[in-house]
Amino acid sequence: MTKWLENHLPKMVLAPSFIAVLIFVYGFIAWTAWVSLTRSKLLPRYEIDGFIQYDRLFDSPRWDTAFGNLFIFGGLFIGICMVLGLALAILLDQHIRVEGAIRTIYLYPMALSMIVTGTAWKWILNPGLGLEAMVQGWGYPNFSFDWLVDPDMAIYTVVLAGVWQSSGFVMALFLAGLRSVDGEIIKAAQVDGIPTWRIYSAIIIPSMAPIFLSAFIVLAHLAIKAFDLVIALTGGGPGYATDLPATYMYAMAFSRGDIGQAASSAMVMMAVVFAIVVPYLYSELRVRND
Amino acid sequence: MQKSALAASSAVLFALATPGLAEPQAEVLHWWTSGGEAKAVGVLQEEFASNGGTWTDMPVAGGGGDAAMTALRARVLSGNAPTAVQLKGPAIQEWYEEGVLADISDVAEAEGWADVLPEAIANHMKCEGSWCAAPVNVHRVDWIWANAEVLEANDIEMPTTWDEFNAAADKLQEAGVIPLAHGGQSWQDATVFETVVLGLGGPEFYEDALIDLNPEALTSDTMVQVFDQMRTMRGYVDDNFSGRDWNLATAMVMNGEAAFQIMGDWAKGEFLAAGKEPGTDFLCASTPGDGFLYNVDSFAMFEVEGEDKQAGQDLLAKLITGPSFQEVFNLNKGSIPARTDVSLDAFDDCAKLSSEDMTASAEAGSLLPSYAHGMALRGAQAGAITDVVTAHFNSDMSSEDAVQQLADAVANSM
Repeated sequence: MTKWLENHLPKMVLAPSFIAVLIFVYGFIAWTAWVSLTRSKLLPRYEIDGFIQYDRLFDSPRWDTAFGNLFIFGGLFIGICMVLGLALAILLDQHIRVEGAIRTIYLYPMALSMIVTGTAWKWILNPGLGLEAMVQGWGYPNFSFDWLVDPDMAIYTVVLAGVWQSSGFVMALFLAGLRSVDGEIIKAAQVDGIPTWRIYSAIIIPSMAPIFLSAFIVLAHLAIKAFDLVIALTGGGPGYATDLPATYMYAMAFSRGDIGQAASSAMVMMAVVFAIVVPYLYSELRVRND
Repeated sequence: MQKSALAASSAVLFALATPGLAEPQAEVLHWWTSGGEAKAVGVLQEEFASNGGTWTDMPVAGGGGDAAMTALRARVLSGNAPTAVQLKGPAIQEWYEEGVLADISDVAEAEGWADVLPEAIANHMKCEGSWCAAPVNVHRVDWIWANAEVLEANDIEMPTTWDEFNAAADKLQEAGVIPLAHGGQSWQDATVFETVVLGLGGPEFYEDALIDLNPEALTSDTMVQVFDQMRTMRGYVDDNFSGRDWNLATAMVMNGEAAFQIMGDWAKGEFLAAGKEPGTDFLCASTPGDGFLYNVDSFAMFEVEGEDKQAGQDLLAKLITGPSFQEVFNLNKGSIPARTDVSLDAFDDCAKLSSEDMTASAEAGSLLPSYAHGMALRGAQAGAITDVVTAHFNSDMSSEDAVQQLADAVANSM
């Protein structure tokens, strides 16, 4: 009996969550895929009607904007966070005083929710209340910083707020990575008289490749699911200039009663996630098989 | 599994709740949760209770009704719809097509609704000829509000044509006053847009373009002029308007920072709450042009099982459209009664003007549903138009491009 339990207990314990994941994640993905092929409006319907929703999606200028914004926002957000995070981590790694305090200060924005970040930056960037008004008040009446209300630049304010929120977290990741590099190798390089920048670029950073990958995956999923930041910061505006796929999907499903359209945009979002995650899984699994 | 558990538990509740007598029961889903609105619902609740009914309140706030609609969808899908739901415009017919609305023609005929409601509004309450919803109030959307002091100081009259409006705005701009207080949210852009369509094109053009969605009207020269006027008006708005809430724009008119605001009569509530007097502190007039754009709140009745619930439904429908509730509710909400036979003595001058115009335009056939507030079109089409309007207003898109995009977006949304 105990033998049997020993063999089966892990499976029994895992089974409920396994079944729950199977239904609530994969089951609903399948359901969404099905609905995206129908003409569902207010309530879901189940008669398949081809790819009509996808045709409508790719004909919609608003979706073009939202999808384009995903790449502008995602690319800049991930890129700037990585560069800034790495730079901060390297500077902190110089065994400076009060490192603990500084590290905490940089990490703190991560403790705020995106809604708080978005609202705070909305006030800071508002031309009539925030930075612009303040600098003009100092006696520079020609100073202008109105990205928040400029449809062409508004998406970059979302990047700004996102980077402010997340780069400290990336710094912490990189700092842990820097500290995990074998000190002996670094000392050997120093004995050989190799300059510090060379030690970083040729030894430390290449040995941190897995950290880069983890940081990228974490940031990429933050970028793709970004929703609350946009809602709080710009509300998708001016016009729909800062729409992202997630806000588009929400608008279709919950404001417009167009469930089929929402489902098709959700499927396209999932395809983007797959395009990033599948190569990652592939590389991970391949390494294990070696 | 989940569904059967729900059914079982509601069956138990049901058994407990029916001790023989069919006492009227009503579960009411609505999103009137703020200040004056909550008070207005409280009036209905009391009246329902004093007629021997049991009211189960189901307020779901958030997202201008989006959250309530999500709750409604879940309830209907699980086969347990609320008795009455705050719904309006074509959404009523959309739910009817899903086959979940009840028929309340008995009450409507006994109470003679057809005689006291304007025909255009009564038609929204009918599903294929039978009555399925009860109207609560009429909000007028095409209002222009002005700061009386600012207009007097600059020697300006309330504009009666859009050219007059533009001339007045230019004058105000020179005097250093923001001519138009506006909030850059898509529904506010759409509100201004529809009043311009009505004003420049007239009631027939409005009907052709924004109700029948005739592609020829959507791409016509008149529509190009409408977008030109929108571009002109963009110049009358201050640079800091993006994302501003409508009540903040109203406050700008109140404190003299701006001269005009184009907004439905819920803006009046803001003026009154701040202790301003209509006629002396602020002025109200219909936006330039003929016609009357209405936004009617109503309760749709859902198919429910059980005599007590059906009795509750009938009682609710009777009370909602009854004269006493229509008066008290609308005094709290700032709108006017949907019934035309309610005495307006207790109402302010703006409400009286609104009511007169409603009767007059109902006779002239220019009593029209507001597209920006979900009365004229279904969600997908209205949303597609709003996307183009707000994209045009917030960029340097040409009017010709906007008109083309408008026609494409409407075709794509079908």
